Amino acid sequence: MDALIGLQSQFWTATVETLYIVALALVFGGLGGLLVGLGLYLSRPGHILENRPVFLVLNVLVNFVRPIPFIIFIAAAQPLARIVVGTGIGNPAAIFAISVAASFGIGRIVEQNLMTVTPGVIEAARSVGAGPWRIIVTVLLPEALGPLILGYTFVFVALVDMATVAGYIGGGGLGNFALVYGYRQFNPVVTWAAVLLIIVLVQLVQFLGNWLARKAFRR
Amino acid sequence: MGETVVELRDVSKVYPPTTRGGSPVVAIDSVDLEVEAGDVYGIIGYSGAGKSTLVRLINALERSTAGSIVVHGQEIAGLPERNLRSMRLGIGMIFQQFNLLNSRTVAGNIAYPLEVAGRSKEERRERVEELLQFVGLADKAKAYPDQLSGGQKQRVGIARALATSPDILLADEATSALDPETTHEVLALLQRVNREFGVTIIVITHEMDVIQTIATKVAVMDRGRVIERGDVFDVFSNPQTAAAARFVGTVVKGVPNEHELAVLRERHPGRIVTLSFRDTEVDQAAVFAEFTREGVGFQVIYGGINEIQGRPFGHLTLALTADATSVDAALARVRTLTTVTEAR
Repeated sequence: MDALIGLQSQFWTATVETLYIVALALVFGGLGGLLVGLGLYLSRPGHILENRPVFLVLNVLVNFVRPIPFIIFIAAAQPLARIVVGTGIGNPAAIFAISVAASFGIGRIVEQNLMTVTPGVIEAARSVGAGPWRIIVTVLLPEALGPLILGYTFVFVALVDMATVAGYIGGGGLGNFALVYGYRQFNPVVTWAAVLLIIVLVQLVQFLGNWLARKAFRR
Repeated sequence: MGETVVELRDVSKVYPPTTRGGSPVVAIDSVDLEVEAGDVYGIIGYSGAGKSTLVRLINALERSTAGSIVVHGQEIAGLPERNLRSMRLGIGMIFQQFNLLNSRTVAGNIAYPLEVAGRSKEERRERVEELLQFVGLADKAKAYPDQLSGGQKQRVGIARALATSPDILLADEATSALDPETTHEVLALLQRVNREFGVTIIVITHEMDVIQTIATKVAVMDRGRVIERGDVFDVFSNPQTAAAARFVGTVVKGVPNEHELAVLRERHPGRIVTLSFRDTEVDQAAVFAEFTREGVGFQVIYGGINEIQGRPFGHLTLALTADATSVDAALARVRTLTTVTEAR
């Protein structure tokens, strides 16, 4: 307990770092996932921008990236991170790796949420002369908004999980904090404090997500 | 005779085989169809007959694989998707499942086609107001679709379909998800759309009473083909194909089927004949007078007289009691007045 009090400043720094990593990953991975999900949904045979080759490539890509354990992926992505963000270590590289991995995971979730929109509604939009872009913006996304919010809330938890691995390539955050000051110094109280904070964080976001989704569902 | 607004010539729609080595699926098979301005054209058939596909060829939601489709004088078969959008503004469509946007209010749903058409905010507001009045939902403008009953949802669907003032309305099983009372409300509304705005309506349905209530013309579809077509009165009173006769039989109680006939025969040992009455061309009193003149006793044992578009028609089945010569004599005279079918 004393150790934890002594580590207060590191603890809060780690918390902020986790939030920083997760927030940026949510923005980049979230956008990437939205694009991948839309791509999968739209190009699927029978859908409005049906394109078999595009669908097959995206589908294989998603299935290829998703099963890679993240702790391996973050290391394997280092050369790519050096090209894109200029470094293979630290928070930037971690954010990059999380964003890439998350894009494919989120893509699948987005695709599934878009599938909940009844095809008839899209047909109705087509019947009044709406083109694909308008259908995406005015029909697909608004109609799937409730499930999408819940999907992204779920994703937030996965991102917090991924962010704890950042320490592995020299990034910061609560995962790194628990590992360095808790696990390696045989101080379980420190580890538990990190766990507790993560739980609180996840709960808060889950509440927020549920509340927003309820508003979107208008029920 | 109005001008032709929709004309299909030898139109086919063939889907590629669903499995490798399978045979292609012919959804629509060389269909000709001509719809004139002001018609309420019914297309009837069992599910899987190709009705939904046929109606979607008209606004090109489905693309034909052969033949010519002319809408408002414009050939649309083979037109690229982006060139179809302006054409679709002239064709409204309503659906069995209503297909309203749940994320928008009633007013927002009705305004949607106007947004697509690029109308100004002021124009949209006015038109939505007008349509809400027309379909009787002025108090529901701010409600969301999931707060409405089925009949109300379909009225929103109709308002939305009419937003851009199209002169053709496609109704895809528009009343099939509604109870009988609501069905009649919606049909009455469609009839007003036809009469007050002169909108040509193409209705597809598997319910013959929908055709009976609002259609002026009807085409019967079976396995992708139009097997019979004509004025509703003609098809109802004198169906030429077995499929058409089956549909007519669902609303017109006319000729006893085999089973019913067997029961009737048990009760009435004499000869049994069915007389057809069509329009006002046959004088029932004159027919019955012939039997009386020959001293043939008769009893009406089955039948019904219907009215389609104000014209009566129907069938009456009689059990005759008299000796064979009198019956033959009477029937010979009656045959000059109307169609007689003798049950054997």
